[in-house]
Amino acid sequence: MPELWEVTKLIRSKNAGPFELTFDFMFKNAEGFHAVRQSGRLSAELFSRLYRVPVEKVRIFVLEPLLTIKVTIPRPIFSGELQDGDMYGGQFHGPLVRLPID
Amino acid sequence: MPVKKLRAVAAGGNLSAGFREETLCRAAKEGADFIACDAGTTDSGPFYLGSGQARGAREVTKYHTGLILRESLKAGIPAIIGSAGHAGGRPHLLWMLDIVRELARENQWHFKLAGIDSEQDKERLAQAFQAGEIVALDPAPPLDETSIRAAERIVAMMGVEPIQCALRQGAQVVIAGRSSDVALFAALPLLHGIPRSVAYHAGKILECGSACVSQRYYPDCMVAELDEDGFTIEAPNPEMLCTAQSVASHSLYENGDPYQLVESGGTLDTTGARYQAVSDRAVRVTGARWVPADVYTVKLEGATLAGYRAVSIAGIRDPLVLRQLDSFLDGLRSVIERKVSDSPGLKPDQYTLQWRIYGRNGTLGPLEPETLDMGHEVGLLIDVVAPTQELAAAILAIAFHTGLHHPIPEHVGLISNFAFPFSPPGMNAGPVYRFCANHVWKLTDPCAPFALTIEDL
Repeated sequence: MPELWEVTKLIRSKNAGPFELTFDFMFKNAEGFHAVRQSGRLSAELFSRLYRVPVEKVRIFVLEPLLTIKVTIPRPIFSGELQDGDMYGGQFHGPLVRLPID
Repeated sequence: MPVKKLRAVAAGGNLSAGFREETLCRAAKEGADFIACDAGTTDSGPFYLGSGQARGAREVTKYHTGLILRESLKAGIPAIIGSAGHAGGRPHLLWMLDIVRELARENQWHFKLAGIDSEQDKERLAQAFQAGEIVALDPAPPLDETSIRAAERIVAMMGVEPIQCALRQGAQVVIAGRSSDVALFAALPLLHGIPRSVAYHAGKILECGSACVSQRYYPDCMVAELDEDGFTIEAPNPEMLCTAQSVASHSLYENGDPYQLVESGGTLDTTGARYQAVSDRAVRVTGARWVPADVYTVKLEGATLAGYRAVSIAGIRDPLVLRQLDSFLDGLRSVIERKVSDSPGLKPDQYTLQWRIYGRNGTLGPLEPETLDMGHEVGLLIDVVAPTQELAAAILAIAFHTGLHHPIPEHVGLISNFAFPFSPPGMNAGPVYRFCANHVWKLTDPCAPFALTIEDL
């Protein structure tokens, strides 16, 4: 079973301001893009579970011309709070890189 | 009468990250109508806003600012630098104006300099809050009159209007406090009749400098030529290429929503935007829409002092300590809390003591979904935040030294658990701030909160 990173050319997370996180998944080709779309693996439920945010706060944007899926969530902990361990939000994507794709 | 074409130069994506001198010279020589550069972001956390310190070193900032001023003065075109000193507060603005005056003096440059202050009077904001003029975005930290007054510093993010006001008064160099990145690039084109949809979209692509190329080797300049229908974007550095894909993809970066870019006074809707390669290195962008807002708002950013930090880094390599790390740290915490309660006399709710266990879940903390198996060592970060620096240092000294010798049952006798790479093992990390606002302020006059001063150098 391929992992997500094998069909993408870029997986990243980043602050969208101090109060939101945004994840970009840019695919190598249409085949991988559609395979992931059809697998339903990159779901609002997955982000809700991993980052412990309400499922209705997960926003998913599918940008087919760019072969890109973008997901934006409220930050579980605001940037710069005492409990925040990733000020730029650049490593939150870590658990998604090896996501199995059916 | 057709609107003339207008060439906008972004010196770089962030003033303190810099750009190459030869690229800026090339961009200016090819005919520019203005040079702008964003100097700030909230990405680096609340420290700069709270402390009043700039992120870039003064010498480095002066070097890059000097290049921008030299090229703009040579070409007789305006230079616009916004979000001065990273956070755009009053101390940041004064720091930046001081650099500009020094450059003018040293180089015998003469020009009209505008400074736009975006730091807000807290009493005025408290009144605005009471009047219902301040509205929370989602999500936002709780804000009220008390927390407004308790904030260290609050800035409003200006739109295009205060910058246009400075330009109309003949300023050749505009140094702005906290500004919308896009506004720095849209202000002048709008004065020349470029439509908002074009000016704001070009501004959005330009504001990160060379970030919209297919492979950014280093931070550098970017150029857009704007007209009535759209803009053409091209990197002045011959080593970097804009492709339709790279420019379109840039609208994703750091934006929560890739299609709706909310600015003061309206929203740029890029749903219908078209990106077409016009050469092997330039892209034509058309088709965005500007949707005016019913109410004009500016975003507020604030930082509040949360305490003072002291930290220590310790390696743990003993497999017996590692296999019981959680119970070891829980037991250690109890001893530390008792000692701190004895002297300097703080209860656990008067300070924070956090462990970050790098090698296990130091990055994601409680969100780490992997099983918490460890390798053969971990890096333990001991993080103390207390009401004063002296107290933080005192608590940290108790913490690291208690931890050093905290016993485990398998070793009988005095042990030393922590491998400290530094002497002293603890470091004072200074004041700690937190963001206290993610709100907008409804305005009837977009320029009202932004004091403009103009001087002839």
